[in-house]
Amino acid sequence: MTSTVLKEPVREDTPGAARGPRRTGRSRRTALPYLLLLPALVFELLVHLVPMVIGTLMSFRSITRFTLRDWSNAPWTGLRNYRVAVDFDAPAGEALLRSFAVTVGFTLLSVALCWALGTAAAIFMQDTFRGRGILRALFLVPYALPVYAAVITWVFMFQHDNGLVNHVLHDQLHLTDKPSFWLIGDNSFYALLTVSVWKGWPFAFLIVMAGLQNIPRELYEAAALDGAGMWQQIRRITLPSLRPVNQVLVLVLFLWTFNDFNTPYVLFGRAAPEAADLISVHIYQTTFLTWDFGTGSAMSVLLLLFLLAVTGGYLLFTSRGRRAGNG
Amino acid sequence: MRSIRAAATGAVVMSLALAATACGGGTDSGDGAGGSSKTLTYWASNQGASIAVDKQVLQPELDKFEKQTGIKVKVEVVPWSDLLNRILTATTSGQGPDVLNIGNTWSASLQATGALLPWDAKNFAKIGGRDRFVDPALGSTGAEGKDPAAVPLYSMAYALYYNKQIFADAGIDGPPATWDELVADGAKIRAKGKSVLGAEGSNLSENVHHVFVFAKQHDADFFSADGKPDFTNPKVVDAVKQYVDLMAKDKAIPAGNAEYAQNQSVSDFAKGKLAMLLWQSAAANLKSQGMKDDAYGVAPVPVQKGTPGPGAQVNSMAAGINIAVFKDSHNLDGATEFVKFMTSDAEQKILNKAYSSIPPVKAAQADPAFDGPSTAVLKDTLAKSAAALPQVATESQFETAVGTAVKDLFADTAAGRAVTTASVKAKLEKAQQQMPAA
Repeated sequence: MTSTVLKEPVREDTPGAARGPRRTGRSRRTALPYLLLLPALVFELLVHLVPMVIGTLMSFRSITRFTLRDWSNAPWTGLRNYRVAVDFDAPAGEALLRSFAVTVGFTLLSVALCWALGTAAAIFMQDTFRGRGILRALFLVPYALPVYAAVITWVFMFQHDNGLVNHVLHDQLHLTDKPSFWLIGDNSFYALLTVSVWKGWPFAFLIVMAGLQNIPRELYEAAALDGAGMWQQIRRITLPSLRPVNQVLVLVLFLWTFNDFNTPYVLFGRAAPEAADLISVHIYQTTFLTWDFGTGSAMSVLLLLFLLAVTGGYLLFTSRGRRAGNG
Repeated sequence: MRSIRAAATGAVVMSLALAATACGGGTDSGDGAGGSSKTLTYWASNQGASIAVDKQVLQPELDKFEKQTGIKVKVEVVPWSDLLNRILTATTSGQGPDVLNIGNTWSASLQATGALLPWDAKNFAKIGGRDRFVDPALGSTGAEGKDPAAVPLYSMAYALYYNKQIFADAGIDGPPATWDELVADGAKIRAKGKSVLGAEGSNLSENVHHVFVFAKQHDADFFSADGKPDFTNPKVVDAVKQYVDLMAKDKAIPAGNAEYAQNQSVSDFAKGKLAMLLWQSAAANLKSQGMKDDAYGVAPVPVQKGTPGPGAQVNSMAAGINIAVFKDSHNLDGATEFVKFMTSDAEQKILNKAYSSIPPVKAAQADPAFDGPSTAVLKDTLAKSAAALPQVATESQFETAVGTAVKDLFADTAAGRAVTTASVKAKLEKAQQQMPAA
């Protein structure tokens, strides 16, 4: 929703300004879209921007159980909260850094797997065959399920004593010497990754499938006439044509995965194992369970800055690459 | 292309905004505090088998209150997983209920926020005076030397629930009175292919409740006399190690319990897979899972040696629920009136019976209904050998930090790593570093 809201004025503005002198009728007409957008803008401010600003303000105050009740009068502490968050020699900073590293590793793996699975499935499902519709619908199920219901089912499957995963891996396939723990200890990272990919890849599948519809059939026919095999067709036609789609897809998957709170929280509860201590839950823990809202806000702001930097860098890099490719 | 880029920018901005709102200021839908003097909002904690059960228990009583005073009480039963967060949100926004239930271990933490009405002599007089309540329950109502932040409502204690059939099959004639006996009985029970003792190894609060009692039994405390964390005290380390060793060394707690956090151990016990369970007021819960009352016995939690009592013979935390008044309530008189009603002798009997807890009100406690075989043990424990969790402002952090340390130690055990005095100390040291300096 918001994407349309934000993109419209940009498009209206630039070409309009470039063309000819303004006329009053025209300016009245250009005012209309803005008027129509006003309610959305107000709600956007209320729902997103105001809390962001308040959160940033909170990060400069000392908000603990003693000052919580009247937090708008809580003492200003300058950058103290930030110093606590980035003091990597102290326990809090060290834990944040470790959690950050875990999250980066987890996100890269999860996004890569989601993308690879989604793209592969979408390409294989391009040709019509019996049962394609059913398979497509089936693939989208994880995406359509409510997060809580889906993840709690995984919790049951990952149980040590009578979970399905151990039953298959240990009792039936005898792959492990003894049943493994998936929800505690080091294996929890793989449990989290599995659920995350299971939950995320249908979205990649959906988007890539939509992207594939826009590639003209003739390209493939021409390539086939020139003797290109399937692999070459994928490499030379499909992937380059999907580039703009992938650019958005990877970015969105990255942001969603990096910020994912529900999956680890439902999977592990309020104290995640170290191996799967994602940053969103980590910040929640620092904030709500230690009642230190100032430091929690500071950590959130740092996270925001990091994601902004990554996103900005990514967009700059990919769009420049594309411009060079086009030109 | 351009539109896709614009869409991407939009998506980015939106996602980032979503990320950052996690810590935004809350304006919760606390619709209570305003309004006329004829209505009150009450947040009840989840005491029964489900929220629906709680509503059934409470509604007739609230109707009674309305008939007596003309004040209508809107009740909302808040699940435990949400209650503290809801209270914190209400505290920051000033928009909350008029009256609320709190876990008694949170008393000192919430007291520090100043959001709850202090129960000074004047306020206590309005509900019949401080003397109506038993002392152990009053011990968990706030920091020492300050006016209580809340009034005791339901009292609970840990007991040892044991499966009579499994004990008979293993040739054990009675419940263990000491941990050594429990470990010895455990060997016989395991020989019959049953699990010995249940634990919720990934439930932070449960972990803390148990290691707190073990610390008491080692004559140690997690906090020094002046309220500073003292987690690495050698006696505390020994105490925590003894609890974790029930799984690591003695094999009494099955390794699989390391990941339990959703009361799976209660289900295991109800299904007859597990011989013993340390739990608070489990009767109603076991019944709802289909276990007959005469299938299990209730005994005091074991001690190191001798019989339960004060000091190092403590065998339970003084568990319970307190009722508090939100200071921002616009109807303080009505709210106090409601607390008076809920802590009246008659209501205390009705409510505590429904929840298989013990009334913290002396007159109600004397009712013969609380002398049944299971409640008698709880009542006795509360009166003689229960101790309040540290009443310090950092209590909730303590639960999180130490509860996580114990969870990690259980996870180590489950993964086959050795649990040594050094490893226990290291985990506790880490927990202590997480405690706020204030």
